[in-house]
Amino acid sequence: MKYRLRIKRFDPERDQKAHWEKYEVDLEPDDRLLDALNLIRWEQDGTFALRRSCQHGICGSDAVCVNGRNALACKLLLKDIKQPIVVEPIKGFRVIKDLVVDFDRFFEQYRSVMPYQVREGQLPERERLQTPQAAERIADTANCILCACCTTSCPSFWANKEFLGPAAIVQAHRFIFDSRDQGTGERLSLVGDRMGVWRCRTIFNCTDCCPRSIKITKAIGEVKKALLGGIE
Amino acid sequence: MKGHIHRYDAIVVGGGGAGLSCALEMSTRCRVAVVSKLYPTRSHTGAAQGGVAAALGNMEEDNWEWHVYDTIKGSDFLGDQDAIEVMCREAIDTIVGLEHLGLPFDRTPEGKIAQRRFGGHSREHGKAPVMRACHSADRTGHMILQTLYQHCIKNDVHFYDEYLVMDYLQEKGACAGIVALSILDGEVHTFHAPVVVFCTGGFGRMWRVTSNALSLTGDGGAILLRRGIPLEDMEFFQFHPTGLYKLGVLITEGVRGDGGILKNDKGERFMERYAPTMKDLASRDVISRAIYTEIKEGRGIGGKSYVNLDATNIPKHLLETKLSEVFDLCETYLGIDVSVSAIPVEPTAHYAMGGIPTDVDGRVVIDDWKTIVPGLYAVGECACVSVHGANRLGTNSLLDIIVFGQRAARKALAFLKENCVPDLPPGADEWVHAECDSLRTRSGAGEKRESMHLIRKELAKGMMDDCSVFRTGEKLRSLQRKLKELKERYRKAGITDKGKTFNEDLVEGFELGCLLDQAEATVICAANREESRGGHFRNDFPKRDDVNWLKHTLIHYDPAKDEWRIAYKPVVITKYKPEERKY
Repeated sequence: MKYRLRIKRFDPERDQKAHWEKYEVDLEPDDRLLDALNLIRWEQDGTFALRRSCQHGICGSDAVCVNGRNALACKLLLKDIKQPIVVEPIKGFRVIKDLVVDFDRFFEQYRSVMPYQVREGQLPERERLQTPQAAERIADTANCILCACCTTSCPSFWANKEFLGPAAIVQAHRFIFDSRDQGTGERLSLVGDRMGVWRCRTIFNCTDCCPRSIKITKAIGEVKKALLGGIE
Repeated sequence: MKGHIHRYDAIVVGGGGAGLSCALEMSTRCRVAVVSKLYPTRSHTGAAQGGVAAALGNMEEDNWEWHVYDTIKGSDFLGDQDAIEVMCREAIDTIVGLEHLGLPFDRTPEGKIAQRRFGGHSREHGKAPVMRACHSADRTGHMILQTLYQHCIKNDVHFYDEYLVMDYLQEKGACAGIVALSILDGEVHTFHAPVVVFCTGGFGRMWRVTSNALSLTGDGGAILLRRGIPLEDMEFFQFHPTGLYKLGVLITEGVRGDGGILKNDKGERFMERYAPTMKDLASRDVISRAIYTEIKEGRGIGGKSYVNLDATNIPKHLLETKLSEVFDLCETYLGIDVSVSAIPVEPTAHYAMGGIPTDVDGRVVIDDWKTIVPGLYAVGECACVSVHGANRLGTNSLLDIIVFGQRAARKALAFLKENCVPDLPPGADEWVHAECDSLRTRSGAGEKRESMHLIRKELAKGMMDDCSVFRTGEKLRSLQRKLKELKERYRKAGITDKGKTFNEDLVEGFELGCLLDQAEATVICAANREESRGGHFRNDFPKRDDVNWLKHTLIHYDPAKDEWRIAYKPVVITKYKPEERKY
């Protein structure tokens, strides 16, 4: 079947500003959007740049904005997308080339919430015990693959680039609610900062587009609650 | 020197589980940088699903020595037994160490790390399956990768993300560093360091059906091969029995560990015929051959080239929680609910048992005299210790990367104390500049421009047809000629993108060259080994031949003459003499 795409292209070495290009590919309805983008790269225009690696939704490389909504290109099937398929880079970060954006700010946000377990004192010889219920408490947010779909769909982030953004808060949540972590106080004060969770206006764009189906808005709500009343 | 120079005590090439584990272990005691062509969290360790092996005995009685036996048997007696003992013994502390770093394992009702069954892992030397795979649902690799990255961030490891390493530097016989291309701006960077650890992963992209990410093109092995380092046991490549039909995406063995069953067109549980004791939990080489045999004999589903993996007997709530990635993959790509419908699967190119030869401390060993290259290390799928021999057991790769990542780090730290830094060789970055210029300027011969993509496709088809689960000498030799032709064409093929910024065309062009070298090594070794063992099955030599072939292959390459040379080294056997392998 023929599929029509419109892709936002930008090459800093040639272009003053971004422009749209039209493409047509011959693929099956069950093929992925990423298959279409790869085919364009390999058979139509070798200068077309995009990031991708695993091709099945676990590496988080190929976050793009498709028909106005963020998604991983490898998790969308062509039959499920309205044509012409409009593909542009995720919004809010500097565009390096075509669909490739600068992730520096994103990883700065990530680093700023102490995204690692803090522990004090002696560790036992074997594993620390944790109840299945306590483990379950962080199962959802530990799922995050740092693809940036959420942060780059968040109007609060678009409005203020100093805002931590949903992805960094999801990371903080994964540790705040981990019964084994001992950095809760410090981490809460980081995300409770004026550029932290209170900038979230519960717009739900993040939750709607998360390719891992993480309940992000709920997680942010839980962090807000923890700031107000401590951890249940 | 035209480019930039950086100086470190140690450079880790690759930011997957092996690289991060190694960098983390070194991070507080020396200046270490990770140079990776992907953001580390994009690495393929994250795609590992089912679990990581350690005889914790949390669910039922287990013993690390049983793990040793299973791994040796799984390796079809080609694994080095001293190395396997090290890995299985250290597994327990290693997994506990990951828990201490905060890895979110699933838990038993008592709060211990939960474990599940996996192929080839048994109690009491093969009597029955045992629960040994420590898991975090079916995203264990994701959790390992994230946890290691988190602690590297905490310890302020330097990261050079999206740098394509293209060359390795040696001076007076010792490691002196690497040269890399910054993908972002096309600048060449030289990393001057007395220690380099290659952790660049596998090369599954040379096959048409593969579970491997696009980035898995064997760069590390190819770079070293061109600089005179041999590769070991390249004929042994694992086809995982359960890849999603047509896509090749991995469906974890954990599905079978938790009760899933393979069925043919007649609805028969065919593994009972091939492996009466372990059945669907026999080792991967055995099951992949069984599936291909069923398909060849006309019992594929509807006569097509797949069989069914039936997980409908697993309670839905377990599928949704403990196998949620599989549940989601099948829903996304096939539109099926695995609690109701069977999963169509076919064997998929998955894991390289062979690679850069190392000892149990990650040091690269270049011959059968245990000669090392001072300062050069390799860990993980790109390396060959050899703990996996002719066939790897599921869950042993995640274990391998952590155990040997840490061991290589400790050995490298000791090395740094005793040795000074070699000089950079003159013209250190010249080869990389020349290679980039060549890729950018060569335009292909004849009227029609030669396409890198076409060469890649022909490579993948050739390898799939003639060098996958079943092989014959004749087809391998004709494939060898085909590869020579592809390499000829590759040397003339150019790229479209001539720019410097994020030039994916250039990256893929370089990667294809690496794949072609690795493919040639694989096919030459496969044609050379006239026996069947583990993942290497020869229709023309269907029996294992311990008299002539109980030995490792070493393949050397001379790029100037484009000549290959094969040598051997003995298998280390300590406790378990080779015996007939039945599951």
